[in-house]
Amino acid sequence: MNAQAQAQPVSQPLTRDEMAQRVAADIPHGAYVNLGIGIPTSVSNYLTPEQDVILHTENGMLGMGPEAHGDEIDPDLINAGKIPVTELLGASYFHHADSFAMMRGGHLDIAVLGAFQVSAGGDLANWHTGAPDAIPAVGGAMDLAVGAKKVFVMMELTTKKGQSKLVDHLTYPVTGLTCVTRVYTEVAIFDINPATGITVTETFGDATVDSLRELTGLPLLDGTN
Amino acid sequence: MISKIHDSIDEALSDIPDGATVMIGGFGQAGQPIELIDGLIRCGATDLTIVNNNAGNGEVGLALLIKSGFVSKIICSFPRQADSHIFDERYRAGKIELEVVPQGNLAERIRAAGAGIGGFFSPTGYGTLLTEGKETRTIDGRNYVLESPIHTDFSLIKAYKADPMGNLVYRKTARNFGPIMATAAKTTIVQVTNVVELGQLDPENIVTPGIYVDRIVQLAQGASI
Repeated sequence: MNAQAQAQPVSQPLTRDEMAQRVAADIPHGAYVNLGIGIPTSVSNYLTPEQDVILHTENGMLGMGPEAHGDEIDPDLINAGKIPVTELLGASYFHHADSFAMMRGGHLDIAVLGAFQVSAGGDLANWHTGAPDAIPAVGGAMDLAVGAKKVFVMMELTTKKGQSKLVDHLTYPVTGLTCVTRVYTEVAIFDINPATGITVTETFGDATVDSLRELTGLPLLDGTN
Repeated sequence: MISKIHDSIDEALSDIPDGATVMIGGFGQAGQPIELIDGLIRCGATDLTIVNNNAGNGEVGLALLIKSGFVSKIICSFPRQADSHIFDERYRAGKIELEVVPQGNLAERIRAAGAGIGGFFSPTGYGTLLTEGKETRTIDGRNYVLESPIHTDFSLIKAYKADPMGNLVYRKTARNFGPIMATAAKTTIVQVTNVVELGQLDPENIVTPGIYVDRIVQLAQGASI
């Protein structure tokens, strides 16, 4: 593994901001996109005006602009994380049932979500740790998982204890089944296809497809060339 | 001429009995009818079942209602937040029952109630803890869960402008659950800061037609009652 690692070009694992930048670069022109609460929200910092991406927030808005500051703050204009935001030209407001209908109905191109675990079959766990004393709270996570045309996950590849969060089968409670399209981590990007399995499309730092196979225990396909 | 305008909050809420089910609008504090909730606390009805997206923030509105001890059950999607300590304490003490519903299913169950739908098959939550025991069906290769409508005795919502017939418009993301909750209760009570004369609302732009609205209370701008 070391020999292979040394054979790779020298680079560093991605920082969270670089992950966000990488996700932003993959969003097609004019896409309708929902960015989940937490790390995914930072993707908006790297979207360019030329991309013409339209952001959806599930509390009832398309055309969401950047976070509001100072005089811009309006308590009636917030995002799903309840942070004050701004509106862009062409924005629209709608009620909650419409907002989730556009999600569930397959009208959103991409949802970017965080995760505790993603399985080889594209199952997603991101709403509940399974801890017996945790108060369950799901919000829109399950709707986004099954509704968007593509689901991109942003997560660190391993837990703090070093266990892979890309797994054969979920051990955390399910958010959605066979819903994840692609996983962005600090060491690699993984494409998920329930029929063919997981393909590594890009590695960062000293990660190699072999080292990722060893870390995850999964028969990863090599799509890095 | 019809006028649904009531002079005081307390009078508008006076017939809410013990054991009532009450929908309360708002997503976080945007669209939350704080003054109506304060009135509900003064009204003193106990053993309430509350439907809201959240379970209260800080020490105002819904959080205060929960603190009052008048709420025996809450149906919501996201009870756990950084400032939901009042709910957390009562939940951990076993003093409040919690039904967690994925946000889009919550919205659609409310919409279904108002639209006379007896149930619907939703893909959201299939295969998860939140839909265990519910009827499922596979339709055109996709898996769905049977969800039921949520009817309530009362809805308390906040709008931006109303006319005396009960036609409503909302403001920005404060619209959220208002339009669907207005349809799903036997009695819908609305707080607004602006009551306008008949004809002042453009019929093309009315969001909630007056047929869904029973009582309106006008608040002075910035008033606490």
